Amino acid sequence: MLLASGVLATDIEVAQTVGFGIIAALMVAAALNVVLSKNVVHAALSLVMVMAGAAAQYLLLAAEFVAVTQVLVYIGAVMVLFLFGVMLTRAKLGKDTDLNNNKGWALGLPISVLLLGVMVYVLIDGFDDTRISGSGAGKIGSTANVLLSDRIFSSYALPFWALSFVLLAAVIGAIVLARKD
Amino acid sequence: MTSLAIFGADLPYWAQSLLRVLGGAVAVLLPAGTIVYLFLFKMMSFMQSRLGPMEAGPYGSMQLFAEVGKWLQKEDISPTRADKRVFRAAPLVVLMSTFLLVAVVPFGPDAYFTDFDAGVFYMLAVSSISTLGILMAGWSSANKYSLLGGLRAAGQLIAYELPMVLSVIGVVIQAGTMNLQQIVVKQNSDEIFGWNGIGFPYILTQGIGFLIFMIAVQAELTQTPFDMPIAESELVSGYMTEYSGFRFLIFFIAEFATAGVFALIASILFLGGWGVPFSWFGWAPAGSHEIDNWMNVGGPLIMLTKMMVLTGIIMWVRFSYPRFREDQLQRFAWKVLIPVSLVNIMITAVLKVAF
Repeated sequence: MLLASGVLATDIEVAQTVGFGIIAALMVAAALNVVLSKNVVHAALSLVMVMAGAAAQYLLLAAEFVAVTQVLVYIGAVMVLFLFGVMLTRAKLGKDTDLNNNKGWALGLPISVLLLGVMVYVLIDGFDDTRISGSGAGKIGSTANVLLSDRIFSSYALPFWALSFVLLAAVIGAIVLARKD
Repeated sequence: MTSLAIFGADLPYWAQSLLRVLGGAVAVLLPAGTIVYLFLFKMMSFMQSRLGPMEAGPYGSMQLFAEVGKWLQKEDISPTRADKRVFRAAPLVVLMSTFLLVAVVPFGPDAYFTDFDAGVFYMLAVSSISTLGILMAGWSSANKYSLLGGLRAAGQLIAYELPMVLSVIGVVIQAGTMNLQQIVVKQNSDEIFGWNGIGFPYILTQGIGFLIFMIAVQAELTQTPFDMPIAESELVSGYMTEYSGFRFLIFFIAEFATAGVFALIASILFLGGWGVPFSWFGWAPAGSHEIDNWMNVGGPLIMLTKMMVLTGIIMWVRFSYPRFREDQLQRFAWKVLIPVSLVNIMITAVLKVAF
């Protein structure tokens, strides 16, 4: 029972929990539509819904910087480029008949179960039953931003540089591949 | 979040939320209406040596209501082969971006919708959502012109988002914060080498950043030198071709409301926002409550004045210049604006460390 393990009724944040449930349900529905839709653009727009839902969940966790990054990078850049590419090449209106998204779906089932298992294991292994203090804990935002940037540019500076180099290499590679002359 | 109190009485949460939504609607619609009447109807007419609307109300001031009434009465048409759901959702996505933008704009010491600490970052993120709505509109219209307009718009918005982001970074470095409210306070309480006559509006040091920001805003709004995506003479208004009635009205409102909101943000970042230099009143930021209360009324008016000046410039440029060609437009963003703003960031960072 919840009360027996020391969780008080006041610790449960009703509004956040209800919000999480609604957004999660919308995200699952949109995610299903991504793989089941018969139209490429509809699938991409559903993916936008999933991304926006993820951003909303981050906001509920008081991780505003991550939420805004999610919107800027995934919705504002990645999905726009994605849609741009799709519309430039093949974007039929209505149903697309040669969209073979039903073949080999059985293979996806064990893989997704496996991924779910790994994620659940990591979450339980990493956090056990630690309770993370909710949004009531004073002003989180500014300290969180400062902490995040301090971490990135001090203890995580090397991985940050490594990632930057990988991205730079990818950009140059893309230019080399795309240039005809 | 500080609770909102009116006449000393604490309001319940639902009433606060309702007030915020109403305030947001006013902050979006009022500037849009003013901009359309003053600049689009009147200033454009005077610049073209004509009178503009004169019949509805004194000097045609009621023309706006007549126009809105006309649009609302029109039939809601959508093309037979259009993707109906996406077609209907597209204008709302564009308008949503505007409403999300205004949520972080501070109008006074206590007159803000939310005191968001990653405010600048948030502003840049949600302004990019409108691109999605434009792409949706262009694709779902089942029209070659619309699709072409949508694609051009997306290419342009992506290209000009980068200089916009980079030009703002200079201000963030100088202020040392991404909170728009803190940026306003900083500008009005800082001193220029010990002289505190006018505070320290960042346009003095970030003049290049301001210029790049305003050019990028012009392009993001697809206003005339950058109106390749909606070029009415060759693309018959691009992604808006198939829209009529209130869906067109939503696009129209979103365009001018976004112009207003971007002008507000530019005035916050570069011109000192709602504040007057605090030293005029001997006022430590958020100190005396009497001045706080006065500024909550005066702040929005100061913001409105600065917004009208900046949108006036945007519209002036719009009515004065011919259209850029597509390749010129892309080259200008990638080869001029982005390198210049990168150099600006570098110089700002060096000076920040030096002083």
